[in-house]
Amino acid sequence: MTEKKTPLLDELEKGKWPSFVTEIKRAAVRSASAAELLPLLERSYRERIGHWKHGGIVGVRGYGGGVIGRYVDVPEEFPNLAEFHTVRLLQPSGWFYNTKTLRTVCDIWEKHGSGLTNMHGSTGDIILLGCKTNQIQPIFDEYSEAGFDLGGSGSCLRTTNCCVGPGRCEHACYDTLDACYNITNEFMDELHRPMWPYKSKIKFSGCANDCTSSIARSDCSVIGTWRDTLVINQEAVKEYAANGFPIQSQVCAKCPTKCLTFNKETQELSIVGEECSRCMHCINMMPKALHPGKERGATILIGGKSTIVQSAFMSWVVVPFMKLESEDDYEPFKDLMRRIWEWWDENGKTRERIGETIYRLGMGKFLRETEIPPVPQMVFRPRANPYVFWNQDDLDKSGTMLDGSAL
Amino acid sequence: MAIVKAKLDQGPPNYKEMLPPVITENYGKWDYHEIPSPGVLKHVAESGAAIFSVRVASPRLVSIDFIRDICVLADDYCDGFLRFTTRNNVEFLVSDEAKLKPLMDALTAQGYCIGGTGPSISNIVHTQGWIHCHTAATDASGVVKAVMDDLYEYFDSMKLPAKLKMGLACCLNMCGAAHCSDIAIVGVHRTPPVINHDVIRKGTEIPSLVASCPTGAIRPDPKNKSVKVNDDKCMYCGNCYTMSPGMKLNDARNDGLAILVGGKTSNARSAPSFSRMVIPFLPNTAPRWPEAVAAVRNIIEVWIANAQKGERIGEWVERIGWERFFSLTGIPFSDMLIDDYIFSRETFRTGAAFKY
Repeated sequence: MTEKKTPLLDELEKGKWPSFVTEIKRAAVRSASAAELLPLLERSYRERIGHWKHGGIVGVRGYGGGVIGRYVDVPEEFPNLAEFHTVRLLQPSGWFYNTKTLRTVCDIWEKHGSGLTNMHGSTGDIILLGCKTNQIQPIFDEYSEAGFDLGGSGSCLRTTNCCVGPGRCEHACYDTLDACYNITNEFMDELHRPMWPYKSKIKFSGCANDCTSSIARSDCSVIGTWRDTLVINQEAVKEYAANGFPIQSQVCAKCPTKCLTFNKETQELSIVGEECSRCMHCINMMPKALHPGKERGATILIGGKSTIVQSAFMSWVVVPFMKLESEDDYEPFKDLMRRIWEWWDENGKTRERIGETIYRLGMGKFLRETEIPPVPQMVFRPRANPYVFWNQDDLDKSGTMLDGSAL
Repeated sequence: MAIVKAKLDQGPPNYKEMLPPVITENYGKWDYHEIPSPGVLKHVAESGAAIFSVRVASPRLVSIDFIRDICVLADDYCDGFLRFTTRNNVEFLVSDEAKLKPLMDALTAQGYCIGGTGPSISNIVHTQGWIHCHTAATDASGVVKAVMDDLYEYFDSMKLPAKLKMGLACCLNMCGAAHCSDIAIVGVHRTPPVINHDVIRKGTEIPSLVASCPTGAIRPDPKNKSVKVNDDKCMYCGNCYTMSPGMKLNDARNDGLAILVGGKTSNARSAPSFSRMVIPFLPNTAPRWPEAVAAVRNIIEVWIANAQKGERIGEWVERIGWERFFSLTGIPFSDMLIDDYIFSRETFRTGAAFKY
């Protein structure tokens, strides 16, 4: 066993912000692996380099993912970290919990693992950090018995997530919690058994504020919106004005389409509905007075991903409006996803995200082959070059000149 | 002992069992919300019912003791219900207004940090770093802790021009939405991979390794049954290291941090935007990264002094111009900040109107 003192890490127990070092020390009281993580991390702080080896393949019966192998590169010095694998568990929609459920997570993890977790991982899962290979199957068996399931890893549908939605937000344009739960359950096979060129993510945000950052962080972003005109409660507008809220400067002047007018005389707000782009700014500023319209649904965007490797992409519009009010409405969405994944599976290269495949082969080909109708909402502006890949079969191949003579 | 056999594909726990009664009763019927004090949200339903959410910081890497502690608080004050946010904060869900102040008193007495609402800095979304990742160019939790300690005054107040959402990614993969954050701290590698031919010979699929390089810097080396790297073409992304452990990229002497600013994902007012690099490299000065802490504070202070009310950092910079951002912050500009990767041209100034 190496030196137990951790002077560098101890520096990170000072200050007001909650300390992860304190958390590792708490877990270390009952866990030999958590206790060894401290000197290992201290060594990384001293040497300024990580000590984790490349992942190896570990897993449970029946699944192709959900557990990520992790091994220390100096196992002789840190035998309790020789195997220190990560288990991903699917979180409940919106990260809502009752304490009984949370305590169950803790009790099983205390029995089999390091006692360290991430609540939550960046993709959304409950992350259980650090267990031995021989504990993986028992961990899964026990969590399964308690009503939990593994999350995604590898080239699969990754764990989905959603914003707080109608559970606690007045902006939700569809039921993000239910859509996430229902659609995740539909695609269990895709989530647990990697079969694609690379990972694929879906995130559900209830409005264009996009609290899950779906546009940046998911291959498919489902962002709530409405089609009619936002609803104005003029009495509440007057109340904002009476309370001295600067409606003209903070709301109207900052509206990107300048579609709002505040009448100082009548103290009323009016909108040119056709000009509104539904960006959410005014609704955010005056939640008591303004609400999304009544005809609600979601915009479906495709292609978002982080930097590796062709540069970061933000998702782009493929379906401007899709109703998502009931389980029946989920069917067209599921059908769309199946078409898109099938196209990607057929055309994508290894480790190529769907956005990169579309970028390489062209939106035109993607739209034609997935049978998605092109609409102007898909682009900020049309192309500036004339290099269209015309379908030669649609052109005049009659073999005669325009005057009827043979070529 | 009975052998328990796992049920396959049963999916996540049902969220409906996780909702406090006031939410079940007013589901989808919320009317508006207010922020009565920093860290406290009050949501009011059409029925007039209200729920209070008290937002508390978490280091994200937490022990089961931490989870059990917050369960005790949730049992005492929230009928056993709480949630976590997309930015890894804890939200205590209070249905009974009479329990709000006692909860906040208990939280404060036990050292929890309440804040992160409205025009404030919320928790920094971050990755694993040296705690659990093989490609990390820096630690994640340590940098976040040091930066949040320094910026704490902006967490438990609401005095910023607008929301400030930060992300930290511990390598060039840029996991964790760092690419669309108001301020992003990104761990960077700066030296090409060191090839371990033995490891590559043992178990690497060479064509896949060659294909993994986005700049074509890796070529097969049939004589060695391995690969060669054209160092001039390498931009240190680490994609090859993910394909093969024989392409080790970590370099204690040369790894460090870069700072990017101006990203957002909300559509409010302006389209979502990418973060842009403004500082290409800062040293990996563990344990408290003073250079990075000072750099972030400088950017935030200049933003506070110059932004209009309601302007996110990216909106402010786009209004004043990036050239003004550099003159106001005093951050030196260099050729390293001019894009030379795939989508570079759209960032060049194709106009003759600018400032100094």
